[in-house]
Amino acid sequence: MVCAKISVPILQSSLSERRTKLKQSNLHGEFFLQGNVACAEAAVSAGCRFFGGYPITPASEIAERMAFRLPQVGGAFVQFEDEIGSMASILGASWAGVKSMTASSGPGISLMLENIGLGIMMEAPCVIVNVQRGSPSTGLPTSWGQSDMMQARFGSHGDYGVIALAPKSPQEYFDLTVKAFNFSEKYRLPVFVMSDAVVGHMTEKVVIPPVEELEIIDRKYTDKKPEDYHPYEIKKGDWVPDFAKAGDGYLYHSTGLTHDHRGYPDMSEKCHVQLVNRLIDKIKKNIDDISMVEERDLEGADVIVVSYGITSRTVVPGINLAKKKGIKVGYLRLITVWPFPEQKIRDLAKKVKGFVVPEINMGQVVIDVERCAGCVKTISVPHPGGGLHKPEDIARAIEEVAYAK
Amino acid sequence: MQNNEPKHPMEQYLRMDRMPHIWCSSCGLGSVVTAFMKGMKRAGIDLNKVVVVSGIGCTGRVAGYVKLDSYHTTHGRAIPFATGLKMANRDLTVAVISGDGDLFAIGGNHLIHAARRNLDLNVICVNNFIYGMTGGQNAPTTPLEAYSSTAPYGNYEHPFNLVGLAAAAGASYVARWTALHLQRIQDSVEVMANKKGFCFMEIVSPCSTVFARKNKGGTGLDLLQEYKQRAIIDHSANPTEIPLDMDGEMVCGVFVNEEKLTFWENVQKGISRKVKRHPLYVEDKKTQY
Ligand SMILES: Cc1ncc(C[n+]2csc(CCOP(=O)(O)OP(=O)(O)O)c2C)c(N)n1
Ligand code: SF4
Repeated sequence: MVCAKISVPILQSSLSERRTKLKQSNLHGEFFLQGNVACAEAAVSAGCRFFGGYPITPASEIAERMAFRLPQVGGAFVQFEDEIGSMASILGASWAGVKSMTASSGPGISLMLENIGLGIMMEAPCVIVNVQRGSPSTGLPTSWGQSDMMQARFGSHGDYGVIALAPKSPQEYFDLTVKAFNFSEKYRLPVFVMSDAVVGHMTEKVVIPPVEELEIIDRKYTDKKPEDYHPYEIKKGDWVPDFAKAGDGYLYHSTGLTHDHRGYPDMSEKCHVQLVNRLIDKIKKNIDDISMVEERDLEGADVIVVSYGITSRTVVPGINLAKKKGIKVGYLRLITVWPFPEQKIRDLAKKVKGFVVPEINMGQVVIDVERCAGCVKTISVPHPGGGLHKPEDIARAIEEVAYAK
Repeated sequence: MQNNEPKHPMEQYLRMDRMPHIWCSSCGLGSVVTAFMKGMKRAGIDLNKVVVVSGIGCTGRVAGYVKLDSYHTTHGRAIPFATGLKMANRDLTVAVISGDGDLFAIGGNHLIHAARRNLDLNVICVNNFIYGMTGGQNAPTTPLEAYSSTAPYGNYEHPFNLVGLAAAAGASYVARWTALHLQRIQDSVEVMANKKGFCFMEIVSPCSTVFARKNKGGTGLDLLQEYKQRAIIDHSANPTEIPLDMDGEMVCGVFVNEEKLTFWENVQKGISRKVKRHPLYVEDKKTQY
């Protein structure tokens, strides 16, 4: 007979015990790593101990690496029958107090959206990696795109706040995956890492620091007694309720329905207005903490190229061509794409002739740039995927803005 | 003064602050919840470690009334949600309670795969032959020729036999009762709570409002009386050969009760030696690889 009771994984031990275990289990040093593998290693370093997923190109290497790594660190890996189940499972694992993750690409993320909404409503921290490919539908399985940027923002039904980070290299894929876990724990919601087939499949140098050198944030557990605890109660000035995990005797209820501070369904207008506003405000009011951009030559620029992810690498030769012609071009890379840095674009719009926004989609994030740029000229440089922007296309768009009457 | 106040016998187990519940009078769901909580108590496990996960529907609301850690998830996804909970903390006893539409229509794929993996979950399906919450549309269990709001000429589809399906997919424990077999339900809950592997119980329950009305079944009480007459107990019946229809026997019993390695036990078995040799393996006495 095999013993009936099997003990909890290491992530349920105390924080200091956990840190020691993590130290031992974390791969660290300098490596030549594929982007997707770097992402999986980042998850392990961040403390992820549950992965539920379904294979899809170009994201499968993340599942494969997690299937290999999680058993070594006391975690669990389950390959589900589909993405719907995968997404539901990581919410369950999250409620058990374990950091959890899934990874997929457009067609799979489409299936996950229902339970992403549930994760938002229940405020269950977890990370979703979208290794984007060309689309719609099954599109281009082995080629790239940035076609799910708006899906990440508005894909699930209803109104909510969202965090999406876009890495441009395997190293950044590592760093941002750790950040994604941190944001998800801090703000209690599913966080997106929006990479693509290029970043996912390219192999570059990746430096992985020992765990003690990484900033790792864990969710805020309640210090209340079970009888005083309400799962969705917030303190004044705070937007994020304290957490209690299943099995600790708090006996709370959580639902995807509109709920009050006890987690009980409450269909009143007042309750709904309060809840939806809080779900949006917890991101919106913390934009300074969440927003990350990389900027070069913005001072005195006439034209600013706004890009993110892999596109921010391919625009550089185009910017250089324009600079050779004497145009003053600035470079602004959105590392955090959502929440969108509205104020930043509004401030820049006062000083420049316009913006150029190349994306490997037919124009998604450009909509927000246009919105914030107001009357200032904004040019979209779309590409449906399966290829990258040519430097000449970028340069031409920059010239168009620079010489506009 | 307080001591003299009459106490509800289930006060300890239910969220009294949510009463009255939303279910129709003479619906079978109230009895099911009572039997479930009593069975869990009899199982002798720490109720702090018992978690209930539901999908959507009338039955899906069970999670909201039991005084346990409980989750009311999305339509059809209770089983994968429960899988995540169980895999992340193997000390939990995880019960999924949901409707036949939730578990076998939209969630059918999750159910058969969870049974195939022999995940350590207790799944209770309340079968009322119809979609209760949305107003009486066809369910995958609606008997041939029965009426529903999307089968105005009588149902043309062959229904699923839930116990047959669960057994064929690999469940370790398979039982069927009606909402009248309250002691039997408690027994099954008790067994399931202490049993490893995928345990499945179907509870045939009267939907007094929509199923009874569409099919001229009278009141909830009339339906219960009818089920009482039709129910027989035969533990030796082959679960694949006892479908439910409009008027035949309702064969009840415990049809499967097997020991076989669970998903997690197979995981441990598969990786124990290989993992330990890996340089990044973390020695953790609690994680028994
Ligand atoms: C994705 C999705 N589709 C449809 C619905 C609408 N819906 C709510 S309950 C339900 C059927 C429930 O039937 P069943 O599982 O048999 O439970 P019962 O109400 O009979 O207990 C449906 C279709 C939903 N909530 N979500
Ligand atoms: S509609 Fe049917 S299943 Fe739903 S509460 Fe009423 S009687 Fe019960």
